Amino acid sequence: MDETVSIVLFSGTDDKLAAAATLAAGAAALGRPVKIFLQYWGLEAFRADRIMSDHGLVPEAGAAGRAAVDAAAKAGQAHWAETLRMAKELGEVDIQACSASMDLLKLKQADLDPMVDGVEGVAAFYINAGEGQIIFI
Amino acid sequence: MDIKLKVDASGLSCPLPILKASQAVKTVESGELVEVIATDPGSVKDFAAWATSTGNALVESGAADGKFRFLIRRK
Repeated sequence: MDETVSIVLFSGTDDKLAAAATLAAGAAALGRPVKIFLQYWGLEAFRADRIMSDHGLVPEAGAAGRAAVDAAAKAGQAHWAETLRMAKELGEVDIQACSASMDLLKLKQADLDPMVDGVEGVAAFYINAGEGQIIFI
Repeated sequence: MDIKLKVDASGLSCPLPILKASQAVKTVESGELVEVIATDPGSVKDFAAWATSTGNALVESGAADGKFRFLIRRK
């Protein structure tokens, strides 16, 4: 069995980014290789100048969801970017930007947070995912 | 038993307790002990699964004073 966990990170709201970071960190803690492929708004969230900005929550969160997330942050729950940095330090976590989304959003790799390791196309993503699981968020 | 490193993950939710434990275990030598304190209710199952998967020994796993305590021996 291929233990590699591949996550397609399409969504750019803080709750979905946090969910993806949690899955990546858990896999890294178990010693599994992790590949993250950033598309669309997931990629946009990794812009170096905005990564720590408020990226909002999905609509179903509502006011109560917003309050719960704010309370967790205040209680010391790490920001998703910090969770991902810790996961990268701990294990093998490779973060790649989708080249088509880079074009769409007029981004260069220098515009992205340094934790993004490179830019690749979808074929490279599938080859690197191998026979492992692919998760879409 | 000589505990080499203590990690307090109280108040932190998943995945931070297991992440901090993994980091801590990497900094000690094989055979040395790491103690982790956590309050996340998912951590009991998480630490058991993590130990099985990584091969590190979960020497103790218990609850005391409303907190969970895990003692890990690095493989």
